[in-house]
Amino acid sequence: MRPQQRSRRQFLIQSVAGLGGAWVAANYAGIMEAQAFVQQAASSGQPIKLAFLTEAQAAEVDAMAAQIIPSDATPGAREAHVINFIDRALVTFEKNQQQAYVKGLQDLDAQTKALFPAAPRFSALTSEQQIQVLTAMEKTPFFNLVRTHSVTGFFASPIHGGNYNKVGWKLVNYDDSLNHKPPFGYYDAQPLPRR
Amino acid sequence: MIQFTPSTDVDFVIIGSGAAGGIMAKQLSTNGFKVVVLEQGGWGKYGKEHEYTKDEWLNDHPSPEDRLMSDPSRQRNTFRRNDKEKATSGTHSYGCVVGGGTVTYGGSSWRHLPWEFNELTHVGPIAGSGLADWPITYDELEPYYSQAEWEMGISGKRVNSPFVAPMTKDYPVPPVPLKASGALFEMGAAKLGLTVVNGPIAIISQPYMGRSGCVNCGMCSGFGCHVKARSSSAVTMIPLAIASNNCEVRVNSYVREISTDASGRVTGVTYFDKDKKEVFQKAKAVVLSANAGESARLLLMSKSARFPQGLANSSGVVGRYLMLGNTVNASGIMDQPLNDYKGVVTGAGIVDFVPSDPKRGFYGGGRMTARGFDTPISYGLRGLHPDSPKWGAGYKKALMEEANHKFTITSFVTQQPLESNRVDLDPDVKDEWGLPALRITSTSHPDDFKSMEFFRQKSIEILEAVGAKRIWAGPVSDSRGGAHNRGTCRMGNDPKTSVVNKFHRAHDVPNLFIVDGSNLVTGGRNHPTMTIQALAFRAADNIIRNARRGTLNNL
Repeated sequence: MRPQQRSRRQFLIQSVAGLGGAWVAANYAGIMEAQAFVQQAASSGQPIKLAFLTEAQAAEVDAMAAQIIPSDATPGAREAHVINFIDRALVTFEKNQQQAYVKGLQDLDAQTKALFPAAPRFSALTSEQQIQVLTAMEKTPFFNLVRTHSVTGFFASPIHGGNYNKVGWKLVNYDDSLNHKPPFGYYDAQPLPRR
Repeated sequence: MIQFTPSTDVDFVIIGSGAAGGIMAKQLSTNGFKVVVLEQGGWGKYGKEHEYTKDEWLNDHPSPEDRLMSDPSRQRNTFRRNDKEKATSGTHSYGCVVGGGTVTYGGSSWRHLPWEFNELTHVGPIAGSGLADWPITYDELEPYYSQAEWEMGISGKRVNSPFVAPMTKDYPVPPVPLKASGALFEMGAAKLGLTVVNGPIAIISQPYMGRSGCVNCGMCSGFGCHVKARSSSAVTMIPLAIASNNCEVRVNSYVREISTDASGRVTGVTYFDKDKKEVFQKAKAVVLSANAGESARLLLMSKSARFPQGLANSSGVVGRYLMLGNTVNASGIMDQPLNDYKGVVTGAGIVDFVPSDPKRGFYGGGRMTARGFDTPISYGLRGLHPDSPKWGAGYKKALMEEANHKFTITSFVTQQPLESNRVDLDPDVKDEWGLPALRITSTSHPDDFKSMEFFRQKSIEILEAVGAKRIWAGPVSDSRGGAHNRGTCRMGNDPKTSVVNKFHRAHDVPNLFIVDGSNLVTGGRNHPTMTIQALAFRAADNIIRNARRGTLNNL
C-alpha cells in the first residue's frame, strides 16, 4: 500500500469511527469512493467516477437537485455536490432505491416531453421550464425521494460526498464543532431578570 | 466478565438492561447474587463510548450491530384504535442495546408528585377511566428517588414549589444550561405569572463519579453520548454489575418464554441467541424488565396448562391500562437566533399546569418544556414552518430565515389508564423470530384530548407573550407507540385487579418479579424514567432483604 493510500485509509477509519467492522466491510467500497471523491474534488476539480448513475442520469438528477436547492447569491445543491451524495447513497444506504431512480427518471423524461415536446431532456430546459415540470411532479413519490436525498446530501456530513466545504451547514449557521459553551443564542445572553 | 453456562442455576435472570434492568443487575450482583442479564440488543459502544457517532446520516442508518433502537421491521408491531379495527403495521420502537432507552433518551428526570400516587382518592372516579391508587406512597418511594438521582447522576436544582415533588436531598450535579429557549420561557413566565424550573436531566453538567461533563455537542437525543455525560444504565449501573464478577450480560438474546414447572414456579427462560438458536437458561428467580410493551408480550407468550391466559395473568390485567404517552408541540419563529441545537434537548420547564384544576372541566395536567432542537438534516427535511415552501428559491430563503430562530414548546401530558387500551399478541403478524407481533390497541380518554388542547392553547399564549411570529400548533393527536409506554403490569394489593404486589412480585408466581414502566398504576405527566429507576432501587432492596432472610428457593 502506498503511503498516500495508507493515510487515506487511516483518515477513513477515523472518520467512520462509530461504524461496526462488518458494516464497514460490506459498505467499504462505497464509503471509500465517497471519501476518494471528497479528496479528489478538493484537490483537482476533475469530474468524478460515478458509482451507480450513468453520466446522463446524473445530469438529470443534478438538474433536479439544483431546482430543489437553487444556487443564487449563496451556494445551492450544485455547489454542495449533492449529486455525488445521491450517487454514493444509491450504492450504500439507499441501495433499495436504485429502481426508483431508474423508473423515476423515465417519468421525468415523459413529463418533460409532455410539457415541452421538442425538448431533448429535462436538464436541457430553461430554469423556468424545469420548474414547470417539477411543479407538475411535486406530489409524486419520486420527486419526494429526490427532495429528501437532496436536502439530506446538502446537510449530511461532508464525508458522505455532499455538503462540500460545509456549504449547507454554513448556509444555516450550523456550527459543527460539537463543543459549545453557553450562552448559546441571543435570548440566554440577555442579562437577568429576563422580562 | 464472568460467564455462566445455561445449566447453571443462577440466582436471577434479568430480562432487559435498561432503566430498570440495569439497576436490578447492579443491585443484585453487588450484593452477592449470581445474575445473568439477557439483552435483546447489542453492546452498542459500551466501554468505547467515544466511538458513538455524531454523524446524523450514519446515526439514522445504523448497521445492525450499531442499532440503538428496536427495528419495527424485525421487532414487528401493529396498531389499531379499538377492538373493531384490524390492526395495521405500526412504528412502535424502544431502546434496544445494553442500557436500553437510557442510552439515547433526552434524559428528563422528573419525579412524580406525592398526589400522583393516589389520584383516584384525590380526584374521585372518572367515567371510562381506570384511574387507581398506587399501593405505595410518595414517602415510601422518596428515599429511592434520592438514591436513583445520586447513583445515576442527575443534574438539577431543588426548588420549593407546589408544582414540583419535594426532595429531602438536592441533586448531586448543578443544572444543565437553561438555553435560549429556557430564557424565552423565563420572559414569557414573567409576563404571565408562571413558574420556570431548570429541568432535572440525566446528563451531568459537570464531572461526576469518574465521568466527564456534557460538552453541549447538540447531537443529543437519539444519539449515543460520546463523552459519557448521559447517565445511562450502560455507563453507570452495568459497569458496576460486571465489576462485581457476579453478573454476565448476554447480548443479542431474544427471550421467547419464561418457563415454569408443574408447581407454578419459574425455572428459567428460553431465548434465541444471535444465531436464532434456542437456549434455556436455568434460574432460581426471574426479574422481567423488558419495558411495558415487551414485558407484557412475553408474559402473554409464556402460556402453559397452568397459566392458560399467559403467565402471571389470572387477573386478565396483563397488557391492560397501557399508557403510551401524549405530547403536544407548538412552535413559532423568533426575531433573534436561539441556536437551540447546542446543548441538551431541553433545559427548562413550566410547571404550573402539572396539577389538574376542576375549573378546566376535565381531569389532566402536564409539564411544558422549552426546546428548539433541530439537527441539520432533520431541520432541512421537517423543521420549517409547515407553510414554508418545500423546494426552490422560496424553500432556500425559508431555510436561511428560520434557521435557529424556531422556539418550540413540547408539553408532556396526562394519559389516563384505560382498561381497553392494551398490548396483546397479534393473531396474524409474526416478528422476525416467528413470534406473535406486539399489537397495540389504544385511544386516549376524552379528557386526555381536552388536556392536549389545553396545552396547545397555553403554548400559543406563551409563544405570543414572547413575540413569536408565524405560530403553528397541532391539531392535537394521541400517541401510537414509543419509548414512554407504561402500565401493562400494574402494581396493586388485589391479585384480581393487578399483576404485581407492592414489592413487584407477580401475584401468581412466587419467584417472578416484574420491574419496569409496566408497573406504573398511573402515568404521571408522561416523564416516567426517574420513577421507574426509583421503583427499581426499591424493588431490589426488598428482594435482597427477603432473599437474605430465607433461601432464594423460598422467595
